[in-house]
Amino acid sequence: MGELIKVGMADMKICNAPDSLTTLGLGSCVGTVLYDPVTKISGMVHVMLPDSTKIRNNSNIAKFADTGIWELYDRMLRKGAVSANIVSKIAGGAKMFSYSSGDNDLMNVGLKNVEATKEMLEKLKIRLLAEDTGLNYGRTIVFDSNTGNLLIRAVGKSEKII
Amino acid sequence: MSKISLDDLSAMQFDVLKELGNIGAGNATTALSQLINAKIDIGVPQVKLLEFNQIPEVIGSEEKVMVGIMIMLTGDVSGIMMFMMEPEVAKEIVDTLMCGMCPVDKNSLEFSEMEQSAVTEIGNIIAGAYLRALGELTGLTFDITVPMIQIDMVGAILSVPAIEFGKIGDKVLIIETAFDDEVVRSKNAVKGYYLLVPEVESYEKMLSALGV
Repeated sequence: MGELIKVGMADMKICNAPDSLTTLGLGSCVGTVLYDPVTKISGMVHVMLPDSTKIRNNSNIAKFADTGIWELYDRMLRKGAVSANIVSKIAGGAKMFSYSSGDNDLMNVGLKNVEATKEMLEKLKIRLLAEDTGLNYGRTIVFDSNTGNLLIRAVGKSEKII
Repeated sequence: MSKISLDDLSAMQFDVLKELGNIGAGNATTALSQLINAKIDIGVPQVKLLEFNQIPEVIGSEEKVMVGIMIMLTGDVSGIMMFMMEPEVAKEIVDTLMCGMCPVDKNSLEFSEMEQSAVTEIGNIIAGAYLRALGELTGLTFDITVPMIQIDMVGAILSVPAIEFGKIGDKVLIIETAFDDEVVRSKNAVKGYYLLVPEVESYEKMLSALGV
């Protein structure tokens, strides 16, 4: 068994097989896994906001979908991952709270995070293999760099693997 | 543009925010105590400036299931107010409040619509009491919206205020209060938490209203 590496909020980590990457209690944030199935070099980034260009204080690159995914991709290439091999899986982006009387920006940040994540993956020409996003509940995710499986746990729901 | 940065709050400003937390939490706890007709002891509230990574540690672990009630603040001070309770505590409070008229399944993490509605109302009353105290002290208006409830992992619930804070910096100011009451005295270290998450401009308003 490899090591289980924790990725916090606005954080990114890279690992090699047989290690795993995990983020606990993802809410409206999005967890993106990039994975090279040949070298097994894997990375996970936990982004909070969609767009770094819309925020004044944007020095923390792992906080934003645009800069976070780009940086993770770049770091993986420098570690020896091959760009043509890299694929992705994403989870999170839930709407944790909702109003009966309509929504505001804050409520929809999960959806925006998912959209921005997909846009960035497309820009980098990274194939999105699977996703478990949206809805209204939190998720814990564990990525096994050996198998490429992304395990998803949620309160009151059975575990699933995407 | 705001002149206040969370990273360089003076010790004096920090103390004032802490005191605001103390007063709000004290008033809120009194309201809760009257509501369930039980004595509630509150611990000394703590004010912490935390990195995003450290937030869930305050309440335990990211995966711990809690009941979270969120209220949006509008008016002079805008931001988010959150009240969090352990599910068992929420169930006990609902049971007490309904005087046994509504069967409460205390062993289940599931909350019926009636239970959710009761907990939400409790959150409304508590947040109202918390903010009324701050309003009286600062002379500022704290208007609140209809509360929203979620029962889920701490990390997921706290992602909402964390994201709001994430727009302005890399840290969150959290005001934590633990409480322990007679109704749930069978449990040890029962905890509820009040979180006040004002937008950055609102700090300045609150601090300057108090002459700091």
